[in-house]
Amino acid sequence: MITIRRADLYKLISHAKSCLPEEGCGLVGGRTEGNDRHIEAVYLLENKDHSDVHFSIDPKDQIAAIKDMRSKGLVQIGNWHSHPETPSRPSEEDIRLSYDSTSSYLILSIMDRDAPVLNSFRVAERRDVTKEELVIIE
Amino acid sequence: MTITVAGTKKEYEDGLTVDKLVTLENVEMPDYVTVTINDNIIEHDDFAGTELKTGDSVEFLYFMGGGC
Ligand SMILES: [Zn+2]
Repeated sequence: MITIRRADLYKLISHAKSCLPEEGCGLVGGRTEGNDRHIEAVYLLENKDHSDVHFSIDPKDQIAAIKDMRSKGLVQIGNWHSHPETPSRPSEEDIRLSYDSTSSYLILSIMDRDAPVLNSFRVAERRDVTKEELVIIE
Repeated sequence: MTITVAGTKKEYEDGLTVDKLVTLENVEMPDYVTVTINDNIIEHDDFAGTELKTGDSVEFLYFMGGGC
């Protein structure tokens, strides 16, 4: 199970909308408890690709976010990106580029601008996709 | 020597190179990992020739990107 606070979810949605037509992206940090992951900080980072169909995060931005997580006693849980016009599921490219099998890959679809959908995935061997149970907490 | 790896202080033999550290730290798919020393990115071609010094801080960063 992975949890995210409603306020953090809203931050992702508002950032993703502000990036339109480009994809928005960033990292998520938090705490792990056995198999459970609790997102406690979301990072809204620059999409280095500035594209509506691709995203990438600059390693320098990753380091800055990871250092901020450590200063708060948090660890990197994964990353997030938006799908401006497609559903909340990993694309072929998302799967191919998911090099970190320990990361949660959160995908926020805003194809329906009034009804965003967030899902979290794990990807093993850059092939086997598993959807994580995502719980929104207050 | 003492170096910091992903935020944790560790003891390693002097003269350790980046490519050896990548092996010792069991980094998965190192071809797709960006290594930084003191926030400077080390090119993959330089892994074998770059020696770590005491006090260095090393990070392993997976490429984070995708599409839709
Ligand atoms: Zn995607």
